[in-house]
Amino acid sequence: MHETSPSAPARALTPETLAKAPAIVGLYPQKRSATMPLLHLVQEDRGYITQDDMSWVAELVGVTPMQVLEVVTFYPMFRQSPIGRRHVRVCRTLSCALRGSYALMSELEKSLNCPRGETSPDGNFTLEFVECIADCGCGPVVHVDSSMHENVKPEDAAAFTQQLKATLTDPTYGQKSPVPGTPEWNG
Amino acid sequence: MSAVERPLIYANLRKPGYSVDIDCYQRHGGYEALKKAVAMKPEEVCKEVETSGLRGRGGAGFPTGMKWKFLDRKSGKPIYLVVNADESEPGTYKDRQIIYQDPHQMLEGIAITAWAIQAKQAFIYIRGEFIHGAKILENAIAEAKAKGFLGQNILGSGYSCEVVVHRGGGCYVCGEETGLIESLEGKRGYPRIKPPYFPAVLGLYNCPTIVNNAETMAQVKHVLAFGGAEFAKIGIPGDSGTHIWCVSGLVKRPGLYEIEAGKATFGQLLYDFCGGPLDGRTFKAIIPGGSSTKILKFGERFKGKLPNGQEFDWALEDIPLDSNSIAACGTGLGTGGTIVFDDSVEMIQALSNLNAFYAHETCGQCTPCREGSLWLSRVSKRITTGGGQESDVPLLLDIANQVAGRTICAHGEAVAWPVQSAVPKFKDEFVESIRKRAKGEDLPKLKLI
Repeated sequence: MHETSPSAPARALTPETLAKAPAIVGLYPQKRSATMPLLHLVQEDRGYITQDDMSWVAELVGVTPMQVLEVVTFYPMFRQSPIGRRHVRVCRTLSCALRGSYALMSELEKSLNCPRGETSPDGNFTLEFVECIADCGCGPVVHVDSSMHENVKPEDAAAFTQQLKATLTDPTYGQKSPVPGTPEWNG
Repeated sequence: MSAVERPLIYANLRKPGYSVDIDCYQRHGGYEALKKAVAMKPEEVCKEVETSGLRGRGGAGFPTGMKWKFLDRKSGKPIYLVVNADESEPGTYKDRQIIYQDPHQMLEGIAITAWAIQAKQAFIYIRGEFIHGAKILENAIAEAKAKGFLGQNILGSGYSCEVVVHRGGGCYVCGEETGLIESLEGKRGYPRIKPPYFPAVLGLYNCPTIVNNAETMAQVKHVLAFGGAEFAKIGIPGDSGTHIWCVSGLVKRPGLYEIEAGKATFGQLLYDFCGGPLDGRTFKAIIPGGSSTKILKFGERFKGKLPNGQEFDWALEDIPLDSNSIAACGTGLGTGGTIVFDDSVEMIQALSNLNAFYAHETCGQCTPCREGSLWLSRVSKRITTGGGQESDVPLLLDIANQVAGRTICAHGEAVAWPVQSAVPKFKDEFVESIRKRAKGEDLPKLKLI
């Protein structure tokens, strides 16, 4: 997924990404509305958004790069620097906290060898607390890349970590379609 | 009498083997209500929704039919329908199930609504985190277009409506309808001031716009299927249809319970449906309808008069699950996101958790909310970390009082209400929490901040 190391120069966007952009702009009565969908597109390609990307988006939607930067800095989902291969987001908000998300976070910091808010030294995991992700009845929930994991209890942290580590060598990871009934569908 | 669920919105998606594809939906009577709607005049569809008494399911509970009536139809500008699927009120997870498990139900409601308000373009603003959900919806839209339920020339009527799925960026304030509109225009989600920016007059691209919640769209489908007058018989006068209760926190069986409005009580919800408190625990308090509704404490008495003049004197367990009754107890039904606390919870930590949420989510436009939410978060946090003093308790209330009513959007109230309701009800406990930390006594095991 996000294989770039922090010091490497940003790689170019793929031809597929570049080819998708005009159709996205065409969906909206006013081009500027395509700003966020294009930023999602960039981030899903490379893992983060660069200054050059913002200039590219700005040109496509007819605004200044600063106006795109305003959007990037406002929404928590957008980021301007690379993250680990797996983005592990633990819900912090009240319903999950009542079910033990703070204890879970402490356990995951140990088992993933990664302090909250940072990326593990091997570059495999970025671990973060996030605010409510609308799955409150199954807390604590952990959102990993595009998948939701429910009822992850603090005592399950070690097993959950093993499960995440196994995905690092799984060539089909992230390729499965969102079909109901499988553990990955609820993302 | 024991209460039972009455699944309307969740009726199909709970059936074993029910899937998201259009054939399955049509086998369960899908898109029949749309056929009924396009055979009627748009005004007649609006009338049915008005007659049904349906109230919006996004939290404010505003009558849907009346909202549609405010629409400026004479401006000559295009009319837009925007569906708010940016589910982000803590404690709420009802729309997620519709999107992931029965997307066509919502799309049928969207097609009916678009016809009723004569919108040629609809947007579904979905939470950025619902990545698969957005894909499921896009796939469902393509299926519906192929069968003529959406897109060009819907059911041969000559009427067309395109639907676009638009992913948000993980921002709570974009659930506020004018913040959502700004965001959909490709800007920061700063809510707009009303007046003049009432969406029905000056909404998306300054055109007349109806913003409705995702579940409201699904309800509209049932309004048409039953007919407005029949739908109004579900629930009670003034609050028709079903409410989906999203119960989370410290109960035996947290989950989603769809109950006819007013046909059960909080006691029945928490004991009969949810199985009561965890073993060895007792209930302490609930937040009834999403984190920005005011907290209710077990042991309180609620006395007053309902809008119909009926006097009441209830314990928390007796409060009926309809919007008028809950509002009469000084709080709100909101989104039905009930968060439950038992005696293991230290309330200052729970409050501090919510204060941190609102401080994180304030958009920063209005000074009282931007500064106030941060101060509330810091003051409550310092109590939990042992730096608090007794004067911090009235200080919390003082700050909250300077936020509510002084901001562009309701985020100000959302910041203030948890504090304004928790401080008077749990003042003694807060003081005890401060004292315990000063003396270095043992603290509760459950950590919430």
